[in-house]
Amino acid sequence: MPGLSGRMSTVIKAKISKLLDRAEDPSETLEYSYQKQIELLQNVKKGIADVVTSKKRLQLQEQKLRDQVVKLDTQARQALAAGNEELARTALERKNVAQTELQSLDTQVAQLEQQQEQMTASEQKLRTKIEQFRSKKEVIKAQYSAAEAQVRISEAATGVGEEMADVGLAMQRALDKTENMKARADAVQELEAAGTFEDLTALGPGEDDIDRQLRQLSSSSEVDAELAKIKAELGAGAAPAGELGAGTSGAGAGAEQSEGQAS
Amino acid sequence: MIVRIATEGQYELADGERASLNELDNEAVSACQAGDEPRFKRTFTNLIDLVRQGQPVGDDDLRPSDLILPPPDVSLDEAKADFSGEGLIPG
Repeated sequence: MPGLSGRMSTVIKAKISKLLDRAEDPSETLEYSYQKQIELLQNVKKGIADVVTSKKRLQLQEQKLRDQVVKLDTQARQALAAGNEELARTALERKNVAQTELQSLDTQVAQLEQQQEQMTASEQKLRTKIEQFRSKKEVIKAQYSAAEAQVRISEAATGVGEEMADVGLAMQRALDKTENMKARADAVQELEAAGTFEDLTALGPGEDDIDRQLRQLSSSSEVDAELAKIKAELGAGAAPAGELGAGTSGAGAGAEQSEGQAS
Repeated sequence: MIVRIATEGQYELADGERASLNELDNEAVSACQAGDEPRFKRTFTNLIDLVRQGQPVGDDDLRPSDLILPPPDVSLDEAKADFSGEGLIPG
């Protein structure tokens, strides 16, 4: 019954054995291992480039979300100024969703940044090991009998292979993370794409699925509070007695304030 | 003995640490199997800390590890899934 470390060792070792497949002739193994190492180092570089590309794409999406937040805020104000509270509420709900997504995207991009740095450091480490392997293989070729060379080579190749498998794992994790983030950001963007002012006015009496989802997602008390705040800023008369101010003291205060300003 | 913390690096530990390592390792597995996330995190952090007290192995050292630990930020689900992912070298 192996522990976590035992299971992990097994997984990594299975990967390393792939590197050592051809082990009959020691001198052949040496060259083969070295070639394979150089080849895989290229993969690592490519993997890091992939992570950087994904990160840039996410940063682009972040920027779009940021623009969306500003736009929805403006739309909410315009709607309220025009006396359309329902529309303003919808805009604020969408803004709320966009903001929440933006925050989590921010955190994740920062994590990705950190992973990228780690991977670059790992690549350097791997490069050093491969260089060490190269000089060691020359020594082994020159000094040892075939049988002894075999033992020394496979140990050294295992050491390098382990480092490679490890960098590979780090890379896989970083890429998985970007995939998750990308899917999430894409989904939000789809929701947001429907959030233009034109579309909002065209919604009419019925609500679609997206609206219902948005309502569930966004915290309605936050939206109420923000609605009240904008009302106060606009001095847009008293709040309707209904849903607004139902439990939020902020909304009540906002309404009073606007009444005061109106009179 | 040489222990690797995946995605971090190798450390050389005195052979005497093997028993405490094993104990924490088994504790982490039992927490993992019980789905007890707080206990898993706590135990696993202790395990990682213990290994980090060892001597970091040099970049030009080619010795393979005796043991390999999952990455420090491993989630309970990942630990459960046994790290069956493909990684750099397809398994």
